[in-house]
Amino acid sequence: MNYEAVIGLEVHVQIRTRSKMFSAVEAGFGREPNTLTDAVVLALPGALPVINKAALDAVIKAGLMLGCRIAPVCKWDRKNYFYPDSPKNYQISQYDQPICLGGQVEIEQPGAARNVMGEHKSIPLTRIHLEEDVGKLNHGTSDSLVDYNRAGTPLMEIVSEPAMHSADEAYAFLTALRAAMVQGGISDCDMEKGQLRCDANISIRPVGESRLGTKVELKNLNSIAFVRDGIEHEIKRQLAVSERGGVIVQETRDYDGQTGVSQSLRSKEMAHDYRYFPDPDLMPVRVDEEWLARIRLDLPEMPFDRQRRFIASYQLPYTSTSVLIWDRELSVFFEETARISGQPAMAANWIINGLLREMGAAGMSLGQCLIRPEHVAELVVLVAGGKLPGPAAKDVFTEVFRTGEKPAAVIAKLGLESTSNSGAELENWCREAIASNPKALADFKSGKDSAINGFKGHVMKSARGRANPQDVDRVLREQLSKL
Amino acid sequence: MASEIHDQTVAELAGRLARRELSSEELVRALLARKDAVDDRVKAFNSLDADSALAEARASDARRSAGQSRGPLDGIPIGLKDVIAVAGQPLTASSRMLANFISPYDATVTVKLRAAGAIPWGRLNLDEFAMGSSTENSAMQTTRNPWDLSRVPGGSSGGSAAALAAGEAVATLGSDTGGSIRQPAAFCGLVGLKPTYGLVSRYGLVAFASSLDQIGPFARTVEDAAIVLGAIAGHDARDSTSFRADVPDYREELKQRRGPWRLGIPKEYFGEGLDPEVAAAVAKAVAYYQGLGCTIKEVSLPHTEYGVGAYYIIATAECSSNLARFDGIRYGHRSKQATDVVDLYFRSRAEGFGPEVKRRIILGTYVLSSGYYDAFYLRAQKVRTLIRQDFLNAFHEVDAILTPTAPTPAFRVGEKAANPLAMYLCDVYTIGVNLAGLPGNSVPCGFTSGGLPVGLQLIGQPFQEAELLAIAQAYERGHDWTARRPAL
Repeated sequence: MNYEAVIGLEVHVQIRTRSKMFSAVEAGFGREPNTLTDAVVLALPGALPVINKAALDAVIKAGLMLGCRIAPVCKWDRKNYFYPDSPKNYQISQYDQPICLGGQVEIEQPGAARNVMGEHKSIPLTRIHLEEDVGKLNHGTSDSLVDYNRAGTPLMEIVSEPAMHSADEAYAFLTALRAAMVQGGISDCDMEKGQLRCDANISIRPVGESRLGTKVELKNLNSIAFVRDGIEHEIKRQLAVSERGGVIVQETRDYDGQTGVSQSLRSKEMAHDYRYFPDPDLMPVRVDEEWLARIRLDLPEMPFDRQRRFIASYQLPYTSTSVLIWDRELSVFFEETARISGQPAMAANWIINGLLREMGAAGMSLGQCLIRPEHVAELVVLVAGGKLPGPAAKDVFTEVFRTGEKPAAVIAKLGLESTSNSGAELENWCREAIASNPKALADFKSGKDSAINGFKGHVMKSARGRANPQDVDRVLREQLSKL
Repeated sequence: MASEIHDQTVAELAGRLARRELSSEELVRALLARKDAVDDRVKAFNSLDADSALAEARASDARRSAGQSRGPLDGIPIGLKDVIAVAGQPLTASSRMLANFISPYDATVTVKLRAAGAIPWGRLNLDEFAMGSSTENSAMQTTRNPWDLSRVPGGSSGGSAAALAAGEAVATLGSDTGGSIRQPAAFCGLVGLKPTYGLVSRYGLVAFASSLDQIGPFARTVEDAAIVLGAIAGHDARDSTSFRADVPDYREELKQRRGPWRLGIPKEYFGEGLDPEVAAAVAKAVAYYQGLGCTIKEVSLPHTEYGVGAYYIIATAECSSNLARFDGIRYGHRSKQATDVVDLYFRSRAEGFGPEVKRRIILGTYVLSSGYYDAFYLRAQKVRTLIRQDFLNAFHEVDAILTPTAPTPAFRVGEKAANPLAMYLCDVYTIGVNLAGLPGNSVPCGFTSGGLPVGLQLIGQPFQEAELLAIAQAYERGHDWTARRPAL
């Protein structure tokens, strides 16, 4: 029998705010344990939560970016369970009236080849709700320590419909979602810091069957690569169970990305009864049109929208766009360079093959770079105008990247100014080149045009790279035509 | 009769302090002496930090000498129920769970009292976590009613009531979730006010049932209650359920509001279980208002009979979640026998909580459980809406509603301890006010033949405390109940 996998994801994204979800204490990472706490975070007797409006702004922004309906009224519920990482032994969350409903994440499926755009697909979302993160347990051999620094950090949970059918789709979903959240300034989504965490609900069913199979929840998928590996592994496991004639049991499994093995955490019978009820300490939140309008002013372009625009407005090839669009700053850098230089295709090439290469070699992010779009644009114009030969331009780029100096200044510093158009020097270099290579001359005269490159190399060597390639070509052809 | 310092009202003492006839330090020393003389019998105080009270009294005296008095409460000690946080002082909730807990921060009411110059005065006993109607559920001690030491002071704010009635304080704060200020006020012959839900910040009040809890004053007179309420009321950004309302000068308002008022008598509050002497005292009070020119109208609150049931579902559901934080992990009682984390929870909570608290946690956990939520919690919330609607309907016709505060006067220690249901019915007249979020005021309206105080409850419209206090004072002026003191 042929089976298909059905996958739904629950993605937790920490919202980057100055203070915590329900108290004024700072939200942060990597600090001395239990220093980012106060009476509210530690759940001291008498402490009460107060909603962080910046976190609401961020989740509304996320919802609008993902095409969700923003609920006019949402409320807060308590999810009750005992665990030492939860100071109140309940988590403030949103149960049946979340702030965002519906929406979708656009993904690109793998194309026929690397340079061919794959089919796009919309993965529908069920909801997004806002809640608070829990603390962290560090287990020792004989005891466990709790750090409440993370407790109370604003956290949104993005729940997809069970609408993906492969690990690749899940991977594409997370990549697109992460890019959107980073580009919206909502979260840094650093999975190593736990700023993005993913659980997957996975089931299989015979192809053609519309009912869902028994789902298994896979937890602790703590890198995007592990999400793909874990889902792949779980689909294979379920297929193997089915093929043996076994029954898939509803359970929660833990996937270990290092070993590639999953094991059962708890069965359905062991599932918690969270005893959700409305939090009496908090009032429902009303989101009106004015609020939405204010957030709409600040919505970034979604990556695939940007890709469509880059292809349409700049006639960029698909492969270039798929490098640029996932980084908002890089896209802005490109557009600035294209605007100033008037040469979008060359601008994209210099950014992808020059800038990204230099950044990679230097291990720097764009924000740390000294090079500016006007620098790259200046280079692009010089090269396009034949004022700077390609090899020299690369050296200039490297120096501009290193120093942040203007290309013109670097050219002067390195003595790379092109020689004048028809100097006697150039005439001499060309004569020497032709004279020193009779074989190439014979080839050229017998009709092999590419033989001229042999002379060009010689001229450039004599000119130590400073000759204008177009001038070299012109003078060589003039002299050759007379021979 | 009220000539001793400890017997005087806040208004009198404020006047004497202002005229420099008395220093705050003298006042504090007089109350310390009184406490030393009677508290081994009354048992109202869980603890008292005399040194810090004296230091603050001297600071107040210095302010007054420098012409920088902060107003009528400057230098006045205000007793605090042991669920209201004071930085550096114990916050036990009369529970073994918090027996050694020191609060690192001030509740908002404490901050406000300090801003008015008042002095936090002791940690007053209560039923553990404010759950009870007699203060017998305290893990610390059983507080006695100063009018009859064989009887309970009521609860849960029994320590706040008894301390004031015994002259160990001149005003105190309690908290009221289902009657925990008004019922002990009635049992101890005091004025006790539960403000409108949202008028007084709950920040720093150990939560029992968040949607019902309110802090309010116990006072000897309506005027004193108005003074204290004025100091603690007002919006607080730390409490999301706190209301953005203007706080009037309640004491000044008392002088302005003269009636006559339209007063409602709900027939459902005068049925089975009402002690005849209480009924008679309330009837006389009603007649008195009639004599003042007030219109008396019978009103109906038809959903009253469902109040106790709805209350014990909502209050226990909230408490089961609110008290989950007491787990022995970060603070509070931690069992020494525990073998693992689950065992730590079980043992710490088994050892730390008393039987009534456990009963309510179990009940609340049950009503929120999957499959029972709709039948219990959701239905109770609907009843709550209907009860509020009953009151609001009645307020179309009347300015305030008069009822007995409690069905009986103070009962004997141990009398109802074995029968939780009988104990729950002590709150039958006070619970509706909490469910509806309304202000309720208990004022003394006489004594039984056995010399026990009886309370009259006045229920007002939301945020109409000024009117409610004026109506209460109109009655108080014509009687001398509030001038009487128990013989101790």
